[in-house]
Amino acid sequence: MNRRTMYTGLALALIYLLVHGLQAFGLLLSYHVQILSLACINIILVVSLNLINGFTGQFSIGHAGFLAVGAYSSAYLTVTFHTPFFVALLVGAIFAGIVGLIIGLPALRLKGDYLAIATLGFGEIIRVIILNTQAVGGARGFSGIPNYTTFGNSYLLAILTVFVIRNFVNSDHGRACLAIREDEIAAESLGVHSTYFKTLAFSLGAFFAGIAGGLFSHYLQYMAPTSGQIGFMKSIDILIMLVLGGLGNITGSVIAAVVLTIVPELLRGFAEYRMVIYSIILILVMIYRPDGLLGGRSLGYARLKNSIEGVKAHASHK
Amino acid sequence: MTILSVENLSVHYGVIQALEDVSFSVQSGEIYTLLGTNGAGKTTTLRTISRLLSSTSGRVEFDGKDISSVPSYTLPALGLCHVPEGRRVFPQLSVSDNLYLGAYHRKDKREAKDDLQYVFDLFPRLKERRNQEAGSLSGGEQQMLAIGRGLMGRPKLLLLDEPSMGLAPLLVEEIFGIIQTINREGTTVLLVEQNAHLALGISQRACVLETGRVVMTGEATDILANPRIREIYLGVS
Repeated sequence: MNRRTMYTGLALALIYLLVHGLQAFGLLLSYHVQILSLACINIILVVSLNLINGFTGQFSIGHAGFLAVGAYSSAYLTVTFHTPFFVALLVGAIFAGIVGLIIGLPALRLKGDYLAIATLGFGEIIRVIILNTQAVGGARGFSGIPNYTTFGNSYLLAILTVFVIRNFVNSDHGRACLAIREDEIAAESLGVHSTYFKTLAFSLGAFFAGIAGGLFSHYLQYMAPTSGQIGFMKSIDILIMLVLGGLGNITGSVIAAVVLTIVPELLRGFAEYRMVIYSIILILVMIYRPDGLLGGRSLGYARLKNSIEGVKAHASHK
Repeated sequence: MTILSVENLSVHYGVIQALEDVSFSVQSGEIYTLLGTNGAGKTTTLRTISRLLSSTSGRVEFDGKDISSVPSYTLPALGLCHVPEGRRVFPQLSVSDNLYLGAYHRKDKREAKDDLQYVFDLFPRLKERRNQEAGSLSGGEQQMLAIGRGLMGRPKLLLLDEPSMGLAPLLVEEIFGIIQTINREGTTVLLVEQNAHLALGISQRACVLETGRVVMTGEATDILANPRIREIYLGVS
């Protein structure tokens, strides 16, 4: 293990301890910790969508469909068969990945706007199927889901997701995906099997969305087949976080997911004006930071070191 | 030895026939030029050879193997690399990432590093700009990058589609000089060009296409001397 991974691990452990410490001292209420869990779930959703939209360049707006598959299948397992939570999560994620593969194979033949519409359609199909499946409550919604999602397990899975997707993107496979995003024909002419990598990225993204789904249903303890929870509006929510963080920027995705989970909560005091203010914030960010919150940069050690040295040099200069 | 043979190739875009019975062959070690005016079918021919397009009939044989129905992404591993028209570099990736992608299909990543050095020796300008985004390069530099990226795959046959397009005359000469260097070092080149004078000047043999048909094949010098060719391509009568 090299130094960087050690520091990263240490920092991540510190954040975890900090949250628990603050909670023990009563500085963070369980309401706050719950919002942090939701932030972690959103991180998983946004980072996994980033793999599809940001890195492979396949514009999908049906991500909530995979969330729904993971959410309902894992909840069905824990409610009906009392399956251990992590097993249910894994099965839900695999199931979402398979659905991603089935949808991806025909949909990824399309490009741009057409692909976006097709993924939107598939997402709605998933929602309508759930709406009409009595075994998971149909239109009444699926209630009685045990409360298994904690800050600890969602935090851990968010870290795992970021780790896996970051390594994937930095691998040879990831470079192939980037090449497809940049120019599919040139990528093919260099020997990149574009259908394979597009489908791979799509089902890997769906797999992680399935994990997020499992966490989501055991967080809410009730799933309703509405547009805002597993349908189009939810997909758009994820997409907004992605664009705000910057396409193809993992650090940006993480920050945007956390910020956009917390901001609507902070605005609760404004009651009915809440979503108006939220929308204005989004518009302002897009005007002033069109490349995302971080403006196309990502946080890495090299960068951190440079800026620290920059500050030092500046200080000694004085 | 014949490295590429194209036999009776016909290609249709819907109902429109773009190529009709095109046949020619490229010998190992030479520079072969496909000449033709706009819409003659030069790019279509290249794209059909590298399987970005499918032919309606005919056969393409590369290195003794029928490649008329293999998927395009398997061709680089066989030693056939296509540098497409309009350069098509990956604009948001760095110059060195672009080059490494050229070696994507290869297993020997360590040797690919040596080849990177080779490409940098060939195009010193790319070395200076190795960490720059490819989209920020000038047209000529992007063309160098596209050729360099193709070379990273260590092809036996390099298909070059209009490397002179949109470049200043001085740069065109520089690029053509490098094409000759690449060829001297053992890579066979199939060149598509509109700049007849330059292209025929560096190639051994050529083939002239007109509205999807081969109208002439032969030694480059003979074609250059042909009065009809001189009239159409060089504007001399």
